[in-house]
Amino acid sequence: MELDVLFLSRFQFALTIMFHYLFPPLSIGLGVLMVIMEGMYLKTKNRQYETMARFWTKIFAVVFAMGVATGIVMEFQFGTNWATYSRYVGDVFGSPLAAEGVFAFFLESGFLAILVFGWDRVGPKMHFFSTVMVSLGSMFSAVWIVVANSWMQTPAGYHIVGEGMTARAEITDFWAMVFNPSSVDRLTHTLIGCWILGAFFVMSITAYYILRGRHVEIAKKSFTIALVMGTLASLAALVSGHTQAHTVSQTQPAKLAAFEGHFETGPGTLYLFGIPDEETRQVRYGLGIPGGLSFLLYNDFDAPVKGLDQIPRDEWPPLQIPFQMYHLMVALGMYFIGITLLASWFRWRGTLFDKRWLLWIFVFSIIGPYIANQAGWIAAEVGRQPWIVYGLLRTSDALSKTVKAEEVLTSIILFSLIYLFLLAIWLYIMNDKIKHGPEELSPAGTGERRPLLETLSALADHGGPSLAHGDREEKEKK
Amino acid sequence: MDLNIFWFILLGVLLTGYAILDGFDLGVGILHLFSKGDHERRIFMNSIGPLWDGNEVWLVTFGGALFAAFPNAYATAFSGFYLPFMFLLFALIFRAVSMEFRSKQEMRWWRRMWDGSFTVASTLATLLFGVAVGNMMIGLPIGPDMESQGTVLSMLNPFALLTGVFAVATFAMHGAIYLYLKTEGALQQRIHTWMWTTFGIFLVLYMVTTMATLVTLPSAVRNFQEIPWAWVVVLLNVLAIANIPRAIYLGKPFYAFISSCCTIAALTFLFGFSLFPNMIVSSLNPAWSLTIYNAASSQKTLGIMMWIAFLGMPFVLSYTIAIYWIFRGKTKLGKFSY
Repeated sequence: MELDVLFLSRFQFALTIMFHYLFPPLSIGLGVLMVIMEGMYLKTKNRQYETMARFWTKIFAVVFAMGVATGIVMEFQFGTNWATYSRYVGDVFGSPLAAEGVFAFFLESGFLAILVFGWDRVGPKMHFFSTVMVSLGSMFSAVWIVVANSWMQTPAGYHIVGEGMTARAEITDFWAMVFNPSSVDRLTHTLIGCWILGAFFVMSITAYYILRGRHVEIAKKSFTIALVMGTLASLAALVSGHTQAHTVSQTQPAKLAAFEGHFETGPGTLYLFGIPDEETRQVRYGLGIPGGLSFLLYNDFDAPVKGLDQIPRDEWPPLQIPFQMYHLMVALGMYFIGITLLASWFRWRGTLFDKRWLLWIFVFSIIGPYIANQAGWIAAEVGRQPWIVYGLLRTSDALSKTVKAEEVLTSIILFSLIYLFLLAIWLYIMNDKIKHGPEELSPAGTGERRPLLETLSALADHGGPSLAHGDREEKEKK
Repeated sequence: MDLNIFWFILLGVLLTGYAILDGFDLGVGILHLFSKGDHERRIFMNSIGPLWDGNEVWLVTFGGALFAAFPNAYATAFSGFYLPFMFLLFALIFRAVSMEFRSKQEMRWWRRMWDGSFTVASTLATLLFGVAVGNMMIGLPIGPDMESQGTVLSMLNPFALLTGVFAVATFAMHGAIYLYLKTEGALQQRIHTWMWTTFGIFLVLYMVTTMATLVTLPSAVRNFQEIPWAWVVVLLNVLAIANIPRAIYLGKPFYAFISSCCTIAALTFLFGFSLFPNMIVSSLNPAWSLTIYNAASSQKTLGIMMWIAFLGMPFVLSYTIAIYWIFRGKTKLGKFSY
């Protein structure tokens, strides 16, 4: 593991994309829940839903800002660190990125302004419309970026033009590129992962409120909405994960073999855990169901599954990381199903909010979907190695020719420091917001909830800047 | 007009949109520390609060469109400017989080820290944009393999530093006029004097940069022989610049702002015009330059991209206009402000 440009550039990409991916999934998941809450408010006119929507919007804004700040790095990084890749595939890979900008980012950023700053500038219907648009925009963004990544996994709709140094992929069929063999599966699975994260995030915070006896009514309502979504999404993840494993076995057999530690072509064992060993070509300390993999893929315990023995040795992906990450993701997925079904059962019986132990589990469960989302992507990306575009271009051939190792090292050190700092600040701010809770949304200085119109007229009379932050200062002075 | 020229122009439009829109909010950032007291600083940040994110999308889309339409130019420029672009990214990251975090806590040191980082990041980003533009005009040391051999030191040449400072001055003026539109009372009166100061600095630097360009880069005006009507843009540029003080003097700040938008649009046009038909000029051998033909994607991709642009741009423009309309008028601090 020498510090060459290849290792450093891969490390930098992993660092920047994993940090970036702390935020968009939360925006996507939370966005859907905000649409539901604000829709409930419009439908029922129950002000608790409005308070809820406002509280989650504030949280959403902080998450979104981090997503924007770290996302722009990704747009630049293909060109800075992977210039050869950009030349080779730009003809195919560039258009989904451009489409993401045109169709998703403008939509998101435009309506986000109304969502965050526009409560008192537009009517409730228009505000709700903006929430829907931001949520849609965040999902459109996922569509285009997952399409681009799926093309790297299962290239389609292109042909190679030119020879040697000038060879490159050119598009032959745009829609075949968009709907390449894996994009629909992977998009579905990614979005489901985001919804699970959003649901668990809301459940974690609201469970904490219920345990502490604060904002109990609002928290219970929020928790229930999130629980319904979380339960459905966890079950959906199982179905879509199964479909996806099947697709991977067809399109990227080396990746699936790495996921499952499957060395010899033949009936495949389904391991619950283990340590794949490249030397002995066995899974050590493994516990598994013999034939289980064959059964899952082909409904037949004896069906042969293509193993790593049919893959040239220099085209093997690293085994340890994909195997462990994939198994971690699957195990967490099972946990999500179990815990949400259990909570749903208690909720249906009406005893959920008395089960303090279960609520405490939910408080800490937020870490689960975070790990599962990251682990799933690590498995997908490392499992594609040594290819940057599967079967077409090797990662080692995709680097920028003019960028030196020390330049990449410099940027990695700076990114690490900046990101650590930002993560600390972000957690601090989020913690602060959560501690304050939805109450900071009730008109300050009165302690009681007033309907929106009255609040607005009160603000207009007030005419001054001393709101939100100013108010607390004023009270302290008094 | 073929697709390559169309995409060169469309990238110019995206870049112009970015420079005009993000130009004023970068300018607000550059001027941020000149404001006094917490209230004024919140006014400054909230004057661009709902808008800056949408403005920055123009840059992201420009990057994506450059990648898709001219992958070789994207790869050469981005890998050739490696470290400056990394610093640009850091600046853009800090700018975004400074606005988001600043008013979330009461502590003085906290707010001062984010005020400082907001100004530094906005200034640095603008400076680096200007430096990049200057280097693009001079050309990069590109070899026959389309790769640039430049170093960080070669990028920090006097001409590029001049264009960098010029960019800061231009956006500071643009931001000052914008702030004048969005503020009231005593603060607005102070900003009135800033408009004059920033305009003065801009004017001097505009003249110096124009001279420097004509002296060091005579090739920048070679296209005027081919396409004489482009002189109209130069004339409009001068008129727009002249109209800024006139409109300020007559008390019509909105016209001053429009003029400053036109000035930026004209300058962006002239930048693109000085390159055309090159994307990136090779300073080693003109034959090695990246042109809109040898750096481009296939005609099929350019055609697909054209459809994406035709489908998307009407939406983009309508969101932009709608948001600017909804958030028109003076900046007021409310419960939902930064």
